[in-house]
Amino acid sequence: MISIASGKGGTGKTSVAVNMALSIRNVQILDCDVEEPNAHLLLHPKISRIGPVYMHVPFVNEKLCDHCGKCSSFCQYNAIFVSPEKVLIFPELCHSCGGCTLVCPKKAITEDKHKIGTLKLAFVGDLELVYGELEVGEPMAVPVIREVKRQIDKNRNVILDSPPGTSCPVIETVKGSDFCILVTEPTPFGLHDLKIAVQVLEDMKIPLGVVVNRAGIGDKKVHKYCKEMDIPILLKIPYQRRIAELYSKGVPFSLEMQEWKGKFQMLFDEVRRLAGK
Amino acid sequence: MKQITVLSGKGGTGKTTITASFAVLGKNAVVADCDVDAPDLHLLLHPRIVNTQEFKGSKLAVIDESKCVKCGLCREKCRFDAITESFTVDSFSCEGCGVCKIVCPADVITLTERISGYAYISKTKYGFMAHAMLSPGEANSGKLVTLVRQSAQLLAEKENSDFIIIDGPPGIGCPVIASVTGVDAGLVVTEPTMSGIHDLKRTLQLLKHFNVPPFVCVNMYDINVDNTKKIESFCKENGIAIAGKIPFNPKVTEAMVDGKTIMEYSPKSAVAKEIENLYISMLEKQFFK
Repeated sequence: MISIASGKGGTGKTSVAVNMALSIRNVQILDCDVEEPNAHLLLHPKISRIGPVYMHVPFVNEKLCDHCGKCSSFCQYNAIFVSPEKVLIFPELCHSCGGCTLVCPKKAITEDKHKIGTLKLAFVGDLELVYGELEVGEPMAVPVIREVKRQIDKNRNVILDSPPGTSCPVIETVKGSDFCILVTEPTPFGLHDLKIAVQVLEDMKIPLGVVVNRAGIGDKKVHKYCKEMDIPILLKIPYQRRIAELYSKGVPFSLEMQEWKGKFQMLFDEVRRLAGK
Repeated sequence: MKQITVLSGKGGTGKTTITASFAVLGKNAVVADCDVDAPDLHLLLHPRIVNTQEFKGSKLAVIDESKCVKCGLCREKCRFDAITESFTVDSFSCEGCGVCKIVCPADVITLTERISGYAYISKTKYGFMAHAMLSPGEANSGKLVTLVRQSAQLLAEKENSDFIIIDGPPGIGCPVIASVTGVDAGLVVTEPTMSGIHDLKRTLQLLKHFNVPPFVCVNMYDINVDNTKKIESFCKENGIAIAGKIPFNPKVTEAMVDGKTIMEYSPKSAVAKEIENLYISMLEKQFFK
C-alpha cells in the first residue's frame, strides 16, 4: 500500500499516482482527495457502482427529552444546543462519536443518517479506481475518506492519492500505508510544505521518498534538503510544456510518452524495495 | 471594511502569488493566511511577528495504564479506532470526543488539552498580517482559520482598513468553509486544465452555498487556450464575472525563489500588469464605485 502526498497543492500527486498505476499490473487506486477528486479526470473510467456516504448525527425525541443538557455539555464539538424549550442539532459540527446517545439519561437520543458524500467504484480495463466526493457545503472530509479506504483490496497493489496539506484528511489517507511518496516542486513553497509533510510522516513512522516534479524550475534547495535529511529522491520529472499540455487535456503523459512507463515501473520497484515488501 | 477570500479548490493554481501581490497593491489592507496547514504567504511577505497565541484545538484522551483493567469497552465504543490493542491512545486517530472516558468503568481515562498550533499577528512592509501554523498532523484547522480571521478583523478595525485579503486553503472542506463564511467576495483562481475546471465548478458551488459573490481569475491561461475558452463560456452561462486572465511566465517562479512578490520582482511584466488590473477591477471598482 503506497500513499502519494505532498504538503503543497498542485505539485502533481494525481499525475504520479495515475501514471504509476498505468505502468504496473494489478492495481487499485483510491482517490482520497474527496474534496476535489481528480484521478478520474485522467483515467476516464467506467463507473460500476455509486453509493451514498452517511454520517450518524443525533436525533432527539422531544417527547422523552427533559432538557437536562447533559448531551450538550458532553459534546466537544458544540453540535448540540439545549435550551429550556428546544434542542438544536448542528449536523455539520458533529463528529459522529455517539457520545450524546450514551450520556442521555432519558434515552431520548438516537442516530439519524446524514448524507455527506458519494462513493464511486470504477474500472479502466483491469485497473480499479475508488473515489469519494464530499457533498459541497459539508465540512467533514474524513468520514468519506474512511469509506473510500474501506474498499481496499489487499490482493492488489494499492495506491492512495492524498489531498494536499498536512492536517486530518492527510493523516486519515496515509495511515497504514507501507510507504509514502511525497511529490514536490523545486521552489521555496514546495520545499517549505515538503518539510512539514516529512515531519508528519516521520511522526507516524511511515517510510518516505520524494518525487521532484517540474524539475528544472526554481532552485536546488529541495535537493539539498533531501541530501541533508537522507531522504531518497526517487524520480525527477522535468518541466516540459508537452507534459503540462497533456495534463491540461486530461491525458496521463506516460500513455503518450512511452519512455515514462519504464521509469514509473522502476519507481514502483524502488518503492517496494525501500518498503521491504 | 470588506473581506475578500482568494481560493481555488485545486492546489497550486496561484492563490498565494495573487494574495501577496494584492497585499503590495492594497494601500490600506490587512492580509490573512488561512492555509494554516501549509502556509506560504510569509515566504513572500516576510512578516515580523509581534504577537503569538497558543491554539488549543481538539483534546486528547490519555489512559492511565497502571490502573487500566483492560476490559476493552473503550476500544469497542471508540468510533475512530483510536485505542490500540495494548490500550494506548493513538494520538493521530483520537478526535478528543470523550466517549472512552464516560464508558471506562475504572475511571482511568482523562481528556487533556493539546497545543495544536500557533496563531500570529505580524507586521510586513505593507501592513498587518494575521497567520498561523497548525502543528503537523493536527485536526481542527477550521477552528484555527476562524481564530486567524478574528485577529485580522480586530486589526482591520483598529487600523481602519479598507480590506481584509484572505489567502484560502485548497479544497472545499472545513478550513475552506471557515475561510469563506461571511466574506464580501470570493476570488477563485483556476488554471485551464481538466482538473482546474472540475475543481472550479465545485468551488463556485461552495460559494453559492454560502452566498458569497463569486469572481474568477484564470491563471496561466495561455497553457491551454481551448480550456480557457471553456471556462469563459461556463462563467458567462452562469453569470459569473471573469475578473482577470494571467499569462504563464517563469518570472513568477523566479520571484518566489527570490522571496519576492511578482509586483516587486518584475513590476513591468505582463503578469504584474494583469494582477494590477485584476485588483482594480475587483476591489476598487467593485467596492468603491
